[in-house]
Formats: sequence, structure tokens, C-alpha cells
Amino acid sequence: MERSFAKEIELLRLKQGEVFTGEGILAVTKALLQSGVSYVGGYQGAPVSHLLDVLVQAKELMSELGINVEANSSEASAAAMLAASINYPVRGAVTWKSVVGTNVAADALSNLASAGVKGGAVIISGEDYGEGASIIQERTHAFGLKSTIWMVDPRPNLETIVNMVEKSFEMSEVSNSPVMVELRIRACHVQGSFVAKNNQLANVSTLNKEDEPASFLYDRLSHPPVTFSQEKHKINNRLPAAQRFILDQKLNEIFDGQLISHGLIVQGGLFNTLMRRLNTLGLADAFGNSKIPILVLNVTHPLVPKQISDFCSEKESVLVIEEGNPEFIEQQIGQILRRADLQTKLHGKDVLPLSGEYTADVVLKGLVDFLSQNKPDGIDLEKLLDQAASMETIKDNATNALEEKLPARPPGFCTGCPERPVFSAIKLLKEEVGDIHISADIGCHAFGTFEPFSMGNSILGYGMSLASAAGVRQIQKKRTISIMGDGGFWHNGLQSGVLSTIFNKGDAILIIMQNGYSSATGQQFIPSSINVNNEETASNQIEKALKSVGVKWMKTVRTYSVDVMLKTLREAMKTNYDGLKVIIADGECMLARQRRIKKTNAKRLAEGQKVAIPRFGVDEEICTGDHSCIRLSGCPSLTIKPTSDPLRVDPIAHVNNGCVGCGLCGEVAHAASLCPSFYKAEKVQNPGKLKKLTHNLRDRVISTMFSE
Amino acid sequence: MDNFQNQKRAISILIAAMGGEGGGVLMNWIVKAAVSEGYPVQATSIPGVAQRTGATTYYVEIWPEKLDSIGEKKPIFALSPAIGEVDIMIATELAEAARSLTNGYITANRTTLLASTHRVYLTLEKMAMGDGRLNKKKLLTSLRNNSKKALLFDASTIASEKGTIINAVLLGALSEIDISPLGIEPLKKAIEEEGKAVESNLAGFFAGLEAIKNISDYKGTDIDGIDISKSLEKVLETKLIEAFPQGAQEMIYHGITRLTDYQNQKYSELYLKKLNNFAKLDANLCSEVARHLAIRMSYEDIIRVAQAKIRRKRFERIKSELKTSSDDIYSITEFFKPGLQEVADILPSWLGKKLISLAKHYNILGNLDWGMQVQTTSIFGFLKIWFLAKLKWSRPFSMRWKMEHEEINKWLDLIQDAYDINVALAIEIAQLSRLIKGYGSTHSRGSQNYKRILKILIEPIIRSQTATESDVKNIQVARESALTDPDGKALKKALDEGANKMTLIAAQ
Repeated sequence: MERSFAKEIELLRLKQGEVFTGEGILAVTKALLQSGVSYVGGYQGAPVSHLLDVLVQAKELMSELGINVEANSSEASAAAMLAASINYPVRGAVTWKSVVGTNVAADALSNLASAGVKGGAVIISGEDYGEGASIIQERTHAFGLKSTIWMVDPRPNLETIVNMVEKSFEMSEVSNSPVMVELRIRACHVQGSFVAKNNQLANVSTLNKEDEPASFLYDRLSHPPVTFSQEKHKINNRLPAAQRFILDQKLNEIFDGQLISHGLIVQGGLFNTLMRRLNTLGLADAFGNSKIPILVLNVTHPLVPKQISDFCSEKESVLVIEEGNPEFIEQQIGQILRRADLQTKLHGKDVLPLSGEYTADVVLKGLVDFLSQNKPDGIDLEKLLDQAASMETIKDNATNALEEKLPARPPGFCTGCPERPVFSAIKLLKEEVGDIHISADIGCHAFGTFEPFSMGNSILGYGMSLASAAGVRQIQKKRTISIMGDGGFWHNGLQSGVLSTIFNKGDAILIIMQNGYSSATGQQFIPSSINVNNEETASNQIEKALKSVGVKWMKTVRTYSVDVMLKTLREAMKTNYDGLKVIIADGECMLARQRRIKKTNAKRLAEGQKVAIPRFGVDEEICTGDHSCIRLSGCPSLTIKPTSDPLRVDPIAHVNNGCVGCGLCGEVAHAASLCPSFYKAEKVQNPGKLKKLTHNLRDRVISTMFSE
Repeated sequence: MDNFQNQKRAISILIAAMGGEGGGVLMNWIVKAAVSEGYPVQATSIPGVAQRTGATTYYVEIWPEKLDSIGEKKPIFALSPAIGEVDIMIATELAEAARSLTNGYITANRTTLLASTHRVYLTLEKMAMGDGRLNKKKLLTSLRNNSKKALLFDASTIASEKGTIINAVLLGALSEIDISPLGIEPLKKAIEEEGKAVESNLAGFFAGLEAIKNISDYKGTDIDGIDISKSLEKVLETKLIEAFPQGAQEMIYHGITRLTDYQNQKYSELYLKKLNNFAKLDANLCSEVARHLAIRMSYEDIIRVAQAKIRRKRFERIKSELKTSSDDIYSITEFFKPGLQEVADILPSWLGKKLISLAKHYNILGNLDWGMQVQTTSIFGFLKIWFLAKLKWSRPFSMRWKMEHEEINKWLDLIQDAYDINVALAIEIAQLSRLIKGYGSTHSRGSQNYKRILKILIEPIIRSQTATESDVKNIQVARESALTDPDGKALKKALDEGANKMTLIAAQ
């Protein structure tokens, strides 16, 4: 794994009254332990990876608490794990990145929600919406609505988050429904503190096992005919129970204000943004006292109609601040007001944008629009409008502050990444055979869609690249190439892509990037990771799986061998074999490899053993500044610098100190017949006396022949 | 009614960095220092996949009153920066500082900007076929003009001098900023408490502190280039070039040096002879011709590559890059892949031509090449390259020499013809040579582009004996377009448009 959580594990041991100071997602992890969970599962993905990563590393603590931790092979298997809470009085939590993870989990979630739960079942959903997001922009909320899963969206401070996680287990149990806690990316990574409680031992756990399985109860199966009664049970029993709990426990918070004829209803997660805007507008202080009353929905589903209508009853107007599209909450509030026959004017996405992140400027503009339409007494509207206008001016000026356009700096392959050479080879292949349809996938290799490669015609989800070529390959004269990571392969690519293609006798090319980990999310282990399966090599695992389902054309190529990769690709494009052709591009994640090598090298050096450190370089005098090499690589350590040749103008290629000596520069220079500027230099420490002696001799001879 | 006006507000610090640079560590140091000083603080980030070298930000808010003075009250912190409301902007790189500016996080009435002036080029800047870099001077000017206070220095160089990473240097600089409540002691303590690479981080910290104190006499360069004016003194020592306009002498000096090394003294005399026709003309033109003539006369061939590979200075440079100690050994491996064309280039003209026509006959030109890895730190490997370098005596008899000099003479004649029409046109033709560079396919693509522009845009102008400003502009646009994309799409467009304009004018 990329990170060690040794310090964080200590935080998880904090006792009653001690202060936890740390990251939001780790506070959630502590909250799970304080709630007495029996099992935790999940699938990695920002921003919730740390939850599972820390628990996987906290083996000792987990066995002390009797908690079963599983690193599931997909979100679907994580969601299915919650089935334990259907029959047994055990609390469990699973986590993943949403909305994509929820999509994958949806089948199990529907079935779970239909049967209902006995023990608290909580899903920690890492929301990746807005700035920095790496996935499609959709709302997880829709799943809660359709499957009757309660949605919690806590105010983003550690105290509230921890409290709401604990309450979620209780709510799940009193209402027999799963609860999903939505945490936005910034809330997951927020550094803050809260006063800890003791960890709780579960009544039933790996330490204290059940003697007998649960007795057969058809009601617990999501299978007809009980599914019909389960649906009724959801609405007639579970919903009111949840609503009562929300009211009794005051899960939603009301902040009173003097301007009682107007009000704001906000999702918990947006509370801090709202308060800061009110503060800068002079409508609130910095400590949560507002002029305008606020209803904070820490639970966004279900709403409690009485709570909404009570809040709105004396008001001329309310503004609903709800991020994402469609505006489910606002629609429901509209219905609640109508049914209660309240004439309160409802604002929301009429003054706020229909889609996109509710950033500070967006909320400010919406607030000012709302206030200027409703003109509450005691508010200096002119001043507010001035503020909104001046913010717009700053925004405009900022956009035009530079004379030239600043291109984006998207993430990219790390220095020495084993996946980059595969794209170099595909780019060279395209120069030979023309453009090729490329089905891209989720994972580090999706960086191949950025410069300098700019490849990929579709991305359909994690592990879906081969499946998404099924309709394309029949209408293309040239063969298509699908690219998939080993993470995606095990997540579902094997079934959805490989099996389906074999079953349908599809003529397709699949490249599997075998780097040994789920690398993009922090190098978590996957079924083919070498470290987990000591007896098997990583390469065998995937090959065996492919063979067993009937893949006949299969080649494993070391990724850095661009020449061989290019030949193999050429062959795959041209061979008469019309079935599925799989190329396993084999090369360990360079981040993981470097971390390991650094340690071994330090140890070897200390022991006086030989250590060789390679790096590449460019001869300044020979490089003419065309940058073909960069267009075939894009490595962060292959960069440019001003030429010191007074006759030339263009900057020249340059390999900086970040180089890890992966060898791609030399491979590309060869495969593409680029230029002779590249050299590989290798330093050998502790070479041994004899080696040193011959080296010195050689050095002396050569140095007499140097030219000046 | 409560008056919520003119109250204290949180101090907001935004850090712009690239994934993997340690922006998160910098944020944690600040948080640690604030906590130890008793200030309420909150920080958050959006690392996600940007951890893999992408641009990202880290956001910190500190309440200016200590916990014990505000009692039970807890400030509500924002989780993201607001446009126009950032007090301290820290950027680990210049373009990322500029990005923050365009996002509205640097404003003249509020923001103190602390940024490193070094550049980590964007892929788009790097992959350009010529010079695709952003204009550093303009970036610096925009940042200076739009911030309340701009503290700009090359923190990257300091960091590598001190053997640490850039975040420690910036933390040191931050301790000097008066609007931050965190001084030297708590920030220094944060590094110590974190306990990782304490010694080098503290060295970076204090170096950053020093740098910021002396920022008023910061003499960093605003231009992303190397200053070549120092060599001017030497120029005056060379009598040969006194006949040339002063503005061109420096370039000519470099040309002479280059060609003497490339071939011999006699060759540089030939260079001066060829330049003679331009001695009495415009200085700027003379300088540009001098520049490109020297480059064209020292065209890239296998011999030149070999010459460059066996220099003493090169071996010394590589050794210092490797940071070898006296106990270590090192090796250097060169990557060559000469094609048939490159081999034919250095053969005697008759033999080279025969070889090429044979290769064309069998359709193997372009497919035949020899990939080799030569270890120049082995005696045998070094001798191979040494031998190639020694072949320079044979150059004047080679096929390539003949061809290059024919082309050069045509080009020089063309410039003179153009000069009779106007200077700008002549300079443009001189500069067109910039397209011819590189090896193998790069070289042939560049040469073809050069010839296309000559044929489609320049030759008609020379024939018509008039050149308008827009004609010259068309040539410039075409030259720049040729360096835009390797597929030649931009060039084709530029040529079509240029040719169109000319036909229109001709028709009128």
C-alpha cells in the first residue's frame, strides 16, 4: 500500500474523553469502532480509500475488537456483505466511491433494502462531485429515493460527522433500513478534532460467534411473494419509524434568526459554505449566529413533512440550497408546502444554478438573488448587490489577468510508469496503420486520454472497456483495441468483457495493464498482487483465469520493451486468428517498485553490497529541440530547458533528477528511430575491488582519447 | 438587530501545488503549528487522482484569536477558498500561481503571494515542436500587478541546493509573512515534531527564511532562457569580424567557434566568405543569416554526433549528474539507430547516391536501420565512436556535404534577392531555416516543410518582385504553423490561406 497508517491506527485506540485530531475519513472510521461494528468491507476509491486502508493495516486492533474486515473485490461484493445484518443483530459498514461505486452495488443494495435489516447497516459513500472529481457527475441521492435507503449528509465538522455516523446505526436499526452517509471529498479530507468515546465490542463478532444460524424466515428473503409486502413495509412502517427518529433525536438542526419571515433550508454538507457567505454579507457572525433562520438537513432522505411545514409556516419565502441535479429535495418540499396549503414562496434552483458544485461565489450570488427578490426588512439590499457585483468583477478580471491562455495540468502517468510505454507503442502503431478505435477504461491508464497521447473513444466504467467495444468492432474495418487495468480486470472485466467476447466469438484486442495493484487509488492489493499470493506470480493469476475461460491468443510483454510491444500489437492487428487476442502488458507500478527499491538499496549500501542506480540523460549538443521524444512519452522527468547553444532558439529536451531510469527514453528513441541524444548513465556503488580497478584502468585509457 | 458587520475573520491560506510535491505535508505543518499555538484551525484538500502529478490545492483557515480567548465559541470554517478572499497564496510553481490568479484567488486588495518562480512545464508546452513555453516575464508581471504583495523567488533551486523539497523552503518563507499569526518558532517546531527528514527540512526552512528577507535584492531572471551576452567580450578579440555590423558580430563569433570545432579553421573562413555579401546590409538580417548559416553548415550527421559524445566535458558533466564519489564506478550507454540514409550521407557522393537508389529500388529506404547500444565507458565502445568522429576529414567528399552546400547557396541567393524587395522578407527567409532540424524522420519532415513554404509562398513573391506586409506575415504564420503539429494540419491550413490571399491580390 502507498501509505503507512501506523500513527492513525493509534488514533483509533483513543478512549472516552481523549481528543482525536485528524482527517475526516479517519474520524468516520473511529465512529464505526465507537458504534460497535462486527464487520467492515468496501472497495477503494477517493475520497474514502483511507477508511479501509487503515483498517486493513490495523490487524491487531481488529482482532482485539473482533471485527471482520474484508477488502472486497468490488462494490457489489461489499454491498452484499451487508446481508449479515438482515438476519443477525450485527452492525456493519461498507464504503466506496460514489456515484460509480453505488452503481456497481445497486443490485445488492436493492435486495438488501427490500428485505430490510435487523442490525445497523451503514454505507459510507465518498462523494466525488465538483472540483477535482474524477468521475461522472451524478447524485447518489437517487438511489436512496428508489431503494428506500436513508441518506445522511452531515455538517462537515468532525463532531457532527462522528455523531451522525453513530446515529445512523441507531436509525438503521429502529427503521430496519440501510443508511447511507454521504461525505463530500473535502469533508473526507478535512483536518479537525472531536472528543472520542471508547470503542465498543459487538455482541456478536469473531470473538463471540453465534451458535446457530438464523432460523428460516421467508420474510427475510427478497423473493416473491414477500417482496410485495416488503415494499409496503418500507412505506408503512420503516419510513414513519425513521421520521420519528429524526425528529426525536433532532438530527436536523434549526438555527434561529431574527428575520423570521424568511428562511434557508440547506443540506448539512453545504452548511459551512452557506455560513461563510452569510458572514461576508454581514448576515451572520463567524460562529453560526445568523439573521435568517436556517434548517439544516443532516438527513436529506427521508424528509419529515411536519418539520418542513413547521419551519415554513410563518415565512413569506424560503430558499432551498441543494447541490446537484435533479433537485429532489426542493421538489419534495414543494409538494409538502402544497399539501399543507402553505403560501410560502419556494426558491431554490431558480436563483441557484441547476447543476455544478455550489462553490462560495455560486452560493453568494444565489443568496443575493433570493434576498433581492424577497426584500426582507432590515437588510441593506444595495450593499449586498454591490458585493455580488464586485465579486463578479473580480471573477471577470481574474479570467483575463493573463495575456495568454493557461492550459490545464491534468494528472498523468508518474515518472517511470510502466503503462506509459504501452501508449508510446500504440502511438507508433497508429503511425503505421492509421487511427484505431480505442476503448479506454478507469484506472491510471485513463491518463492515456491526455496529452501527449490523447487516445480513447469511450470510457464506460471500471473494467468495461472490452465490453464497450462489442458493438463497435462489428462496424469497424480495423480491429479495435480495448485497454484495461488488472484492477478493472478483477473488478468485472473478466466477466463483462472477456467472457462475453469469448461467448460471442468476438474478434477483439485487449491490453491488460498488469501493474500488480489497484494503483490509482493508492496501490491496494488485488487478487493477482504478488504479495498476497506467495506461491503464484501475479502474471500467472491473470493468464490462468484467461486460459480457463478459453482465451487462445495471449502474449505477455514487458511494458518497457516498446519494440516488442509494437511488434505484438502489429501482429494482433494483422493475424488471421479472429478470436479474442489478449496482450498482458507486464510491469510493476513504479511508485510501489521505487518504494521497495529505496529500502533494499539503503540496506544493501549499509551492508557494503553492490548497488546500481541508472538514469537517463540527453546530450545538449545533439538535441535540436524538436521534442518528438516528449510527444511519445510525456514523462514528468523528461522535460525541456533553455538551450545554452547561442545559435539555437528552441528549448531542448532534458532529463531531470526525478528520472528513475525506467529505460523508456532509450526504447522510444530506438523504436521510433528518433535521435541519438539519449544516453543511459549508471552509477555503481560498492562495485568491489576488482571492478573498481579495471574501471579505473579503462577510465585512464579512455581519458587520453577525449576530445576537448 | 445584531450587527454582524466589521468583525474578525479567519485568515485564509491557499496552497497550489502539483500532486506528489508535498503540498499536503506543507498544509499539515501549518495546521500543527496553529494547533500548538492554540489557534483554531481547519484544513482540507482534494487530493484524489491529482496525486499523480496533476495540479491541486490545499486550503487552510486559521482563526486569529486563540482558543482560550474565545471561550466556548467555535468558528465555522469554510472548506474551500472563495474568490477574492484569500489572504496568503502559496504556490510551488509559477504557472500554478498564475492558475490561482485566473481562478480569482489572488487579488490586489487582499492577497500576499508567496510563490516559487521556477517552471515545471506543462505537457503542452513540452511537446511543441519549437518553443511552446508560456512567456515567463508576462506571468511574473501579471502576478506582481494583481497581488497586494508578491514574494517571488526560486524556491526550487534553493531546495535542491539544500537537499530538501520545496515545501520546507516555502514554510520558512511563510514564517516571515506578518499577516500569518505563525512565526518562526511554531513552524520550525512543526517540522521537528513531524520527525521526518528533520535536518534537511530545517535547512530548507532557514534558507527560505533568508531568501524572503532578502527578497528586495532578488536578482532572479524574468526570462526563461540563458544569458549569452557574457561572451561578447571575447568577440572583440577576433579581428576577422570587424567588417561586420556590430549587432551581428556576436552571432558570427559563435558561428566561427562552432564551425572550427565542426570541421576546421578553413571551414569557418568559408563561413565568413559566404557571409561577406551581407556585411554591408541590415545588421539584424546579417545576424540572422549568421545564426542560421552556421547551423546549416554544421548539419547533423553521424560524425557530429560522435564528436559530441567523446568530449571530456561531457563525461565530466555526466559524472557530476550521477554524483559519483571516488569509490563508485559508472557506465554510459549510448542509443543509436542510424538508418540507411544516415549511412549514405557520410559516404562519398557517388557511392551514397548509388546506395540510395538501390534502396529505393527495393523499397527499403526508411525501413532499414541498425539499432545499437554502445557503451562509451568501455574501451572498445569508445573506440567505435572515436573512430567515427575521426571521419570528419572525409566530410567534404560526402554526399550530404554536397547536397547541403547546394541548398545553402540557393538559400543565400534567395535571401539576397529578397533583400532587394524588402528587408523583412529577407529576414523571414533567413529564419525559415529554423524548420530544418533533427534526425531521421524529424529532419526529413522539417526539410519538406521548408521546401513547401519556399515553393508555395516565397517563390511567387520573388517572381512578382513585390512583398506586402501581409505577404511577409503569411510566411511567418506558415513557419510557426509548421512547428504546431507533427501531422502538418496547421501548416496545410496556413499554406492554403496564404496562397489564397496571394491569388486574390494577383486577381485584383
